Amino acid sequence: MSALDLASAVRSGERSAVDVIDEHLARIDARDGEINAFNLVTADAAREAAAAIDAAVASGKDPGPLAGVPIAIKDNMCTTGVATTCSSKILEGWEPPYDATVVQRVVAAGAVMVGKTNLDEFAMGSSTENSAFGPTKNPLDTTRVPGGSSGGSAAAVAADFAPLSLGSDTGGSIRQPAAFCGLVGMKPTYGAVSRSGLIAFGSSLDQIGPFSKTVAESAALLEAIGGHDPLDSTSIDQPAFDLTSVLDRGVEGMRIGILRELSGGEGGVEGLSADVIARTNEAAAALEKAGATVVEVSVPSATLGLSAYYLVAPAEASSNLSRFDGVRYGLRVDASTTGEMMTATRTAGFGPEVKRRIMLGTYALSAGYYDAFYGKALKVRTMMLQEFASVYAEVDLLLTPTAPTTAFPLGDRTADPMTMYVNDVCTIPSNLVGHPAISVPFGVGDDGLPVGVQLLGPALSEPTIYQAAAALEAAAPGEGSLS
Amino acid sequence: MEWSGAVSLGAMTQRITRDEVVHVARLARLSLSDAEIDEFTGQLGDILEHAADIEALDVGDVEPTSHPLPMVNVLRPDELRPALDRDLLLSQAPDAEDGQFRVPPILGEEP
Repeated sequence: MSALDLASAVRSGERSAVDVIDEHLARIDARDGEINAFNLVTADAAREAAAAIDAAVASGKDPGPLAGVPIAIKDNMCTTGVATTCSSKILEGWEPPYDATVVQRVVAAGAVMVGKTNLDEFAMGSSTENSAFGPTKNPLDTTRVPGGSSGGSAAAVAADFAPLSLGSDTGGSIRQPAAFCGLVGMKPTYGAVSRSGLIAFGSSLDQIGPFSKTVAESAALLEAIGGHDPLDSTSIDQPAFDLTSVLDRGVEGMRIGILRELSGGEGGVEGLSADVIARTNEAAAALEKAGATVVEVSVPSATLGLSAYYLVAPAEASSNLSRFDGVRYGLRVDASTTGEMMTATRTAGFGPEVKRRIMLGTYALSAGYYDAFYGKALKVRTMMLQEFASVYAEVDLLLTPTAPTTAFPLGDRTADPMTMYVNDVCTIPSNLVGHPAISVPFGVGDDGLPVGVQLLGPALSEPTIYQAAAALEAAAPGEGSLS
Repeated sequence: MEWSGAVSLGAMTQRITRDEVVHVARLARLSLSDAEIDEFTGQLGDILEHAADIEALDVGDVEPTSHPLPMVNVLRPDELRPALDRDLLLSQAPDAEDGQFRVPPILGEEP
């Protein structure tokens, strides 16, 4: 049952929210031992919240558009009094003193949090294997990764533990796991969703967004979490999007560009698998059949995205993660001086990938290398912004694959960091320029696992993106073979 | 899987050295074992080699973009508003005393 059907059944009193929660908690109980989507299941609090929703309905109040809908929250978003770990040992024992704005907003809309989901430590990774609490498995094939870093949030929805979840996306961490798990995953425009209470990774790139099985559920959840928040100074001062009302408008007359450099075109990024490119071309044909005009376009600097990202994101991370020093929260490893305590705490608390990125970022920002690396990466962002702007003068949206391949086997890419990083090659450009992008399932690969295709648009083009995403969903070839 | 950009890759003039890795770890307040230093020297070198396309790029007088939104000086009204409770925050600290965070001695340390 979709989130929207559940909410309408709860609002009308046809189903009790407690029943709905119990049904989902039972599924979690039965299967999360295998999947490991959750770091923490908040069963008691969920039942209490659901009972309050039922009481509201009984007394004639409207508990909101997501009434009684179970939702899973990535464990890098603050939840008052509920452990928030970022899947890191360094936040051991920490309970945030406040809620992230998105958590407040989903609760205000009537949704019920069922737990906190696993991630690559501090959201650094593309497979959810860099977690201090063990990897999450892909519910469609448990020998495969669910993608990352929001792999727990993706797996929770794919395994029917909750119809909705929230993830965060710094370089593809919502869209790539959505593609790997056969889901819809959206990274909104930078500033469209408050980051207040999201534990920072790369502050100029991070954005929170929804996971769901359908485009309509995704639209409803983004409507609930979007809109201005005075607690986030990078929040865009405008009301939440109206998305659910545009879903049936179709793509007649829309102009959609296949972004050559990220879609297997000549001179573009290499390593995209043939089945993924084929599904992307089929998606383009489907949009054309539905009335859109499809043309090939070029953003040459998109090929530089991966390099720019792996300088900018670690640089910002090295600065953001300096706050984890054993003084104010989380882990402390005792030592005789404060400096030694900080070094001992960070050394024991951070995992290998986090250390690698802190090292890379510290190096890229250090004297003598700043201009050659970080400074140039920032100029590449400008070039990308300019090139995207000229392309969006010609077309409304862009189409690319979401990830180079379908979900890969657990353990397949952990030995060499670069083989993991290339997963983000198609998703990174949207983060560097702050633009919105959605991944929509479109058929399966040669291995029978889902393929995701990505629609990109200019800043604040969410309504257009959702309009086209709904058309793409309607034209997609059946269900993934394993879902 | 190989990744390469459309722009020609200029060769890095030199790879990151073991001594630089040791220096950067100290800056980042991380203590690395000899094996980790070797591993990071290789891996960071590989990652930076991929960034050689950026290092080699002639970006001329392109302005840097540190932030995707053209926002400046976001202000709020200068009004009192509730803050988080001090005792609640200190309850989350590894060590606290007299309303403050408590840490081991600082004086006498090397900077």
